[in-house]
Amino acid sequence: MPPNAAKPDTSASTLLEVHYLMLLSRAFEERLAILYRQGKVLGGIFSGIGQEATTVGSTFDLEAGDAVFPLHRDIGVCLARGIAPKVLMAQIFAKATGLSRGKVDYLHSGDPDLGVYGSTSMLGSSLPIAAGAALAFKLKRSNNVAVAYIGDGGTSRGDVHEALNFAGVQRLPVIFIVENNRFAYSTPLEKQMAVEDVADRAAGYGFPARVVSGNDLMAVRQVMGEAVRRARDWLGPTLIECKTYRWHGHSEHDEAGYRDSDEYLEWKSRDPIPRFQTYLRERGVLTDEIMEQHQTETAAEIEAAWQFADESPFPESHEALENLYGDES
Amino acid sequence: MPDAADNKPADEPAPVTYLEAIREALYEEMARDERVFVIGEDVGAYGGAFGVTKGLFETYGDRRVIDTPIAEALIVGAATGAAMLGLRPVAEMQFADFIACAFDQVVNQAATMRYRFNGRVSVPWVVRCPSGGNVHGSMYHSQNPEGWFFHTPGLKIVAPATPYDAKGLLKAAIRDDDPVLYFENKYLYRRVKQVLPNDDFIVPLGQAAVRRQGGDLSIIAYGGGTYYALQAAEQLAEDGIEPEIVDLRSLNPLDTETIFESVRKTTRALIVHEDWQRAGIGAEIAALLAEECIGSLDGPILRVTGRNLPVPFSPPLEAFHLPTPERIVEAAKKLVG
Repeated sequence: MPPNAAKPDTSASTLLEVHYLMLLSRAFEERLAILYRQGKVLGGIFSGIGQEATTVGSTFDLEAGDAVFPLHRDIGVCLARGIAPKVLMAQIFAKATGLSRGKVDYLHSGDPDLGVYGSTSMLGSSLPIAAGAALAFKLKRSNNVAVAYIGDGGTSRGDVHEALNFAGVQRLPVIFIVENNRFAYSTPLEKQMAVEDVADRAAGYGFPARVVSGNDLMAVRQVMGEAVRRARDWLGPTLIECKTYRWHGHSEHDEAGYRDSDEYLEWKSRDPIPRFQTYLRERGVLTDEIMEQHQTETAAEIEAAWQFADESPFPESHEALENLYGDES
Repeated sequence: MPDAADNKPADEPAPVTYLEAIREALYEEMARDERVFVIGEDVGAYGGAFGVTKGLFETYGDRRVIDTPIAEALIVGAATGAAMLGLRPVAEMQFADFIACAFDQVVNQAATMRYRFNGRVSVPWVVRCPSGGNVHGSMYHSQNPEGWFFHTPGLKIVAPATPYDAKGLLKAAIRDDDPVLYFENKYLYRRVKQVLPNDDFIVPLGQAAVRRQGGDLSIIAYGGGTYYALQAAEQLAEDGIEPEIVDLRSLNPLDTETIFESVRKTTRALIVHEDWQRAGIGAEIAALLAEECIGSLDGPILRVTGRNLPVPFSPPLEAFHLPTPERIVEAAKKLVG
């Protein structure tokens, strides 16, 4: 961990690494949307396009041994943690080469070696589990942290209250990232809560909250770095509310007609990727040459990921019986 | 099953109660494995609502015995997360009935975790659930909710009826790498006593125990049901009927071999449990007997169980509900003819 760790590393190589990951995440999800339209997808796709600063920005600076609990819209978290695009693609296409060998869909699996614990459709249920991971870190006197992701929608569930309350009481090393994209499927914020900021609730649990522009990559990194430092110093949890927006519907079949088109265009104009690119160019870090290189390489990686997934076999049917229990029960 | 008398040291140790046996298991497993910790409501300084965890906090401190707010979903969920990250929590539901507040965490999260990660993640927790009626607990302090979880893939379930099994099964459950629901019967806490061996014995999951040999019928029971069946057996013996009592001890995994062996011998099956009748574990056992032992059966498969009612409060109503020795005797006589 570098000294003064609350300030994120702004070396050119690091910044370009972050840039690459954002492009990779965007390319991955754009490809998924196309595959969906081609009728090749099994089940649902839950696009996080537009939220890359939140997902990549909150994950990038974590260390080995930290545990993240991403939700369905957090492909950027999985990629930033080091899950290979081809393994993620195979997972989404239910192949034997995916994270779960076809046992479960989408991001409901993960990779424990990379500290990625994907969750469940019962939004909010992952938070007590993330609190438990943080409890394990506390009991083991480890300096690792747990990071739990939740949308504005999921925060209404009781499990979230129980987790935040316990985390506050026990001063657990957990960071709660609320990805507030203003909609829970079709339900707008004003039908979900009587306050504008989810962050208001943190005071009730005895720990601080930060509200940040979820489309500002460096701001997310900065705030996250401070929260992680707090947690590693045993000062307890932080709630980080990232204000952001999803460009697509809740899932790909959802045209999101419930949203105001002016609002949508306004948020689209705040695309986190060009915004970050402006920052990089101003610092002389991003050149046209590097930009083209990143675009070409991410496109190639995603193409290879799709080929890998497409050509991978499905699991054998007898595998359905495997790994329910640790023994032959 | 080893006779408890075989391991007695020279000076005669005192018998321990079912409750004390649970406490001994916790003490010993926490000494043996530093990853084991206890979490629940009032389990720490207070020693637990029933006194099961008394002394653990003083011995092991607040990093091994954790008092929580009233938050069952958090208790189970945090146990799941801690278990995924390498610890071995023993969580407590103050009453089994409250596990309903954590239902999603049990059935959708803990039960599926290993499967979702295709074996790369496991959830080696135990959730202790004080269950059972006949304690004037009414419908929220008397339940036997094991049926819901027996139905759910991915969980293991045990239900001891003796101090030996209470200790041995809890140790086995703690050492098991899967989520185990441990249904302890609170009516038995101080009612059954046994001298226990001094050594580090465990009772493996998936093994039933024949409590009483007999040739006239097989009574298949567990937990409180075993206790009532043993009482019924004494009355039946006076009337010349010798039941064989199969104490399941482990519900999932289930020892079907012992069940089938007994029923093939006696040719008559009576299943006893406190849990509700409809689609209870008895219904599953009856279906398995019908599938595997139909040729051996000389009569219908009967069940004496909790009625399909919220456990009633007033004594005559609760007595109507429970699988009392009287109801068991009546059913056994009907079966034997």
